[in-house]
Amino acid sequence: MSEQLKAAAATSSAGGSSAGSPQENGWRLLLGAYFDFIRIRFLTMLAYRVNYYSGILIYTLNIGVNYFTWRAIYGDGESLGGFTGAQMTTYVAVSWMARAFYFNNLDREISTDIRDGSIAIQFIRPYNYVLVKMMQGLGEGLFRFMMLMIPGMVIAILLFPVQLPTDLSAWAGFLVMLFFSFLISSQINIITGLSAFFVENNEGMMRMKRVVVDLFSGLIVPISLFPGWLSSVLEVLPFQAITYLPGSVFTGRVQGVGIWNVLGIQVIWFVVLLIPIVWLYHAARQRLFVQGG
Amino acid sequence: MYYLGLLFEYLKNYMKTRLTYRADFWVEVVSDLLFQATNFIFILVIFMHTESLGGWSQNEVVFVYGFFMVPFGVFSCFVNMWGFSERYIVKGEMDRILTRPAHNLFQIFLENVDPPALVGSVIGLIIMGISGSNLGLPFEWWTIPMVIILTLSAVAIYTGIYTTLTSLSFYSDAPTGILPLMYNIQTYGRYPVTIYNRAIQVLLTWIIPFAFVGIYPAALFLHREEMQGMALLTPVVGAIFLGIGLLSWNYGVKRYKGAGS
Repeated sequence: MSEQLKAAAATSSAGGSSAGSPQENGWRLLLGAYFDFIRIRFLTMLAYRVNYYSGILIYTLNIGVNYFTWRAIYGDGESLGGFTGAQMTTYVAVSWMARAFYFNNLDREISTDIRDGSIAIQFIRPYNYVLVKMMQGLGEGLFRFMMLMIPGMVIAILLFPVQLPTDLSAWAGFLVMLFFSFLISSQINIITGLSAFFVENNEGMMRMKRVVVDLFSGLIVPISLFPGWLSSVLEVLPFQAITYLPGSVFTGRVQGVGIWNVLGIQVIWFVVLLIPIVWLYHAARQRLFVQGG
Repeated sequence: MYYLGLLFEYLKNYMKTRLTYRADFWVEVVSDLLFQATNFIFILVIFMHTESLGGWSQNEVVFVYGFFMVPFGVFSCFVNMWGFSERYIVKGEMDRILTRPAHNLFQIFLENVDPPALVGSVIGLIIMGISGSNLGLPFEWWTIPMVIILTLSAVAIYTGIYTTLTSLSFYSDAPTGILPLMYNIQTYGRYPVTIYNRAIQVLLTWIIPFAFVGIYPAALFLHREEMQGMALLTPVVGAIFLGIGLLSWNYGVKRYKGAGS
């Protein structure tokens, strides 16, 4: 499987750069190794960049279909759930393009590592496995940002009446929040992936996660359009921090001090989600038994 | 007859492996249903904010959705080519397939049968029944035969499209990330295509004809005059796309030289 090849390439090269070096400067070496994980994943993704051209087309198509669906829903164009028609267009475009950036398959990579047993080797290496996965995700994210999200956004702006924010604070806020979207989405992926330690076959969980994130993050339907009880439930779940909150900043529905508040929500979720990851990681190390090995 | 026997043997084998991981079976059923539920929630939310979607009422859209689930369930049960390139070409499993007498594509389908997906089809039929009776749709003599014919045609369209896309991995060894994204796009064939602009309509009708697995055939049962012709065209489109799929697959297999390990 290609993901494994990538992971193998990444790990072996990082191992190579730290092997044969003396113990001093250990910290700097380790940091360098983590940095290498970002770089190598970025380069492997770059080698397969042709595949992502079709990705740009398909994401544009997604935006188009959603745009026309919402236009049909708006009909005579008042506002729905606090969204004007123009804001909805912008929201749809930026949400799908944000997904093009933050989406990754860390859950699948981790559960493959667990199922084929290669996790055992990864655990005895002198680095933190979860952190390495995060770094690889970052490398992939960097690639997706530059090769998928930016060109996709340009096409979306040309094709659909997207309104870019004029406020500098909205741009700055959105970019910072986009990074946290990536962090939180990857954290959820890592939690899902590590669950393979406990259920042996977590295919179903991974699929469920994907569906739940797409729906409850506000990608398909903005949270404020859900019926009251559901949107109040979703406001206390981490998923809205992935799409809905950054999207609200970009469309200008949240402005000024409000940006700090929604950013605060993201930071809180980032910290809170660290707890299950650390716990799962330690529980997993205790529990590790390799299937068929 | 020989192929039917094989199908039976593979299903028996499937049940045996599944009994060891019994919980997985139910997790899979639930996650499939949840996937469908997402789209259902989307429809419900839309109609909380509008009376009609491009001239279609909530019950009609729900009916189309129910119909969409039926062929999709059958397709996911019997045709499952997820990760073909990694599992069969990179790992060399394709060589094993090719040494056996039954047709290679048939074997690949059988090795990946996924009966839990059929639960979705059953639920689709139930949804069609409920929304159909809400709409007061007449139950004609041709209803059941047409459901069967249109379902098989839609399955043929799916199979054609995905076989074509999968056979690309014979021509290029780079992994293609197209398949998962296609899964997103096919769901758009469920909404009245007339709400989209010309380009997307043409795309969903003639190029990747997902409108023929949802809205067009379902329109027949809803007695929507404007799409009647399209509905009757479904079997033709199914035959054409299945043909394209099989041709590009067979041609790809001929070119296949093994991963060389």
